Amino acid sequence: MADQRRGSLKIYMGYAAGVGKTYQMLEEAQELRARGLDVVVGYFEPHARKDTIAKTDGLELIPRKQIEYRGSVFEEMDTDAILARNPAICAVDEFPHTNVPGSQRAKRWEDVQILLDAGISVITTMNIQHLESLNDQVRHITGVRVRETIPDWVVQQAGEVVMVDLTPRALLHRLARGVIYSREKAEQAMNNFFRESTLVALRELALRETAHEVVQRSATAVLPPRPGENALLSNVRHKLLILVTPSSSSAMVIRRARRVADFLGAECFAVTVQPSGDLKELPAADRESVERHLNFARNLHIETRILEGAEVATALVNFARRNQITQIFLARPRGNRWSLPLFSRDLVQRIVNIARDMQIVIVAERQPVDHA
Amino acid sequence: MGREPARKTPEQLLREVEAAESADQKGHLKIFLGYASGVGKSFRMLDEARRRRERGQDVVVGAVQPRLRPEEESLLQNLEMVPLVASGGGTAVDVEALLRRHPSVCFIDGLAYNNPPGSRNPTRWQDVAELVSSGIKVITSINIQYVSELGEQIEPLTGKHVDQTVPVAFIRSADEIEIIDAPPEQPLGHSAEEQANATERARRLSSLRELALILAADVVDHQLNEYLDSHGVQQSFGAHERILVCITPRANAREMIETARLMSARFHGELIVAYVRQSPISAADQAALDEKLEAARAAGARIAILEGEDPVQAILDFANAGGITQLFIGHSQRSGFWPNLWGNPVDKLLRGSQGMDVRVFPQ
Repeated sequence: MADQRRGSLKIYMGYAAGVGKTYQMLEEAQELRARGLDVVVGYFEPHARKDTIAKTDGLELIPRKQIEYRGSVFEEMDTDAILARNPAICAVDEFPHTNVPGSQRAKRWEDVQILLDAGISVITTMNIQHLESLNDQVRHITGVRVRETIPDWVVQQAGEVVMVDLTPRALLHRLARGVIYSREKAEQAMNNFFRESTLVALRELALRETAHEVVQRSATAVLPPRPGENALLSNVRHKLLILVTPSSSSAMVIRRARRVADFLGAECFAVTVQPSGDLKELPAADRESVERHLNFARNLHIETRILEGAEVATALVNFARRNQITQIFLARPRGNRWSLPLFSRDLVQRIVNIARDMQIVIVAERQPVDHA
Repeated sequence: MGREPARKTPEQLLREVEAAESADQKGHLKIFLGYASGVGKSFRMLDEARRRRERGQDVVVGAVQPRLRPEEESLLQNLEMVPLVASGGGTAVDVEALLRRHPSVCFIDGLAYNNPPGSRNPTRWQDVAELVSSGIKVITSINIQYVSELGEQIEPLTGKHVDQTVPVAFIRSADEIEIIDAPPEQPLGHSAEEQANATERARRLSSLRELALILAADVVDHQLNEYLDSHGVQQSFGAHERILVCITPRANAREMIETARLMSARFHGELIVAYVRQSPISAADQAALDEKLEAARAAGARIAILEGEDPVQAILDFANAGGITQLFIGHSQRSGFWPNLWGNPVDKLLRGSQGMDVRVFPQ
């Protein structure tokens, strides 16, 4: 009888194309095969890199599925074929990939969930810039809004996250020698992710994130209080509450609160306040924005609620008190430096003034850095 | 933004990087950092030596580990070696021969060795420092457990006392660092005792991995700051969380400092506690303040005493210059202690701070 346990997930984490994630994934697949395990390659992106292609020698490759979309043929991972083949372990490149419209599932990470559920273990690759909760920080560093993101809880499922490291200088060497991209793509790449300062910053982000992932998986995660540390305060169970509004900055608040909650091991809720207790009375555009933000929060495993209340600050703080919230997360008032719009500024002020019994976090707008 | 960055080909960019490198007369230090033996540092190093040689660089190997695996032996076959030299009953890197030979790149596998008495330098890392300062590019390797300052944290994990160590400042001085994060070869165990041992071992290795990843991140952060300084970039990238706690004599400093300590520990961040000097304050306020600063020190915070007629502006200037990502202020700063003359402090902090979360604490 087949083993009904869920498969285990292992992620090779990098900070840019070309650091060697695919290579390491295939190397591990080779080692597992040499040890007699039943390994297949479910998807791998050759990028015409000779060393990488050579690493697939002797490995069983599951043919890709062809999908026609708007007159062109695209190739995607064939999840059904992998399920039918039912290996013990499947190597799947480019975890954050978005499938072409018309595929069974929108995202490759969703395909991977299906494999894991079927008891197949998966080894995969991703870059740090695709982690959802870092999306604003990545934009701050690179100036690029990454669209292909993976919710943090998906990465947290992994039994192991391993950093694939290479110095930016060595990476630039590879790029210049055309190992990573074809020539015109290389010149294009130079202008956003492949600036040395950007690479260094992304690498630091990846190192710290991997350290965090290691700590999360270690039994030492619950540290005894150090001398001078207040054991009572350290053991406070934090509960975070996010205020969702139609403003696009709500997405930033959701990401940041999700990240802080994960690092603190805290629960996290998101609410919006409406006089009627539902979204019906909002103008269509606002309703759509609020729905999108609430949906985004739910996708990040944040419980959402629509509160009824004529006055946002009062309804929010009352809900917080009833639910033992310890931290409220708000968007920064929008506007230019010296003339913040009155409404949002007053809202923040009002919440700060009435919620004197909890922490109020006003989340930064992380704008792209102006590179020298 | 708004400025179109100049288009550069990879070759141009690489030429610039290499020009900057060769203009640097002090040589260059690259370190491979591992968290346990058996993660493949030696192989990675020797493989890099092979690749550099194939690219036509003048490569010499100055030291290898006492025991090599077959694949490492075969890499070594095609490389020029300057063997260790006998010295006072032991062996040491032949610094003199290497300086005479003066290759452009020298590989020293294993940085943490004490040289025998009577050697040119007491330790191998000092040999390496000498080679680097003579203009040679040195590529070397170290295992996290041989970093002096981490001994206190690491000895309980490994159960071993090491006395051949390298100061963390030397690691931090590296121009490049690369971490080998590959999992070590796991012995397979089946009995309950073997399983328990394996779990315990995995836990220890996790702690070592964490320390190694964070040390590498700190070196990278240092490089990033140098890069930003040398290019006149004012903004911070925020890859490293830096928490600034602003205290006043009457702030609820205990919760602020404790939350900041917890956050900085979880984010592997930096903790700074600032006070804007007010004059004059009462003896009672001074005593309360001293107690709070002492608690901050005990929590591992760096203390900054700021000056400025406008306290909010003093904090903003300090925070914006220091790459702060989270600013903690207390309830008494909502109103009260600071003169209202300067307008509402929260409002002003929100307007003046860039790229940082502002966290207001209850009384």
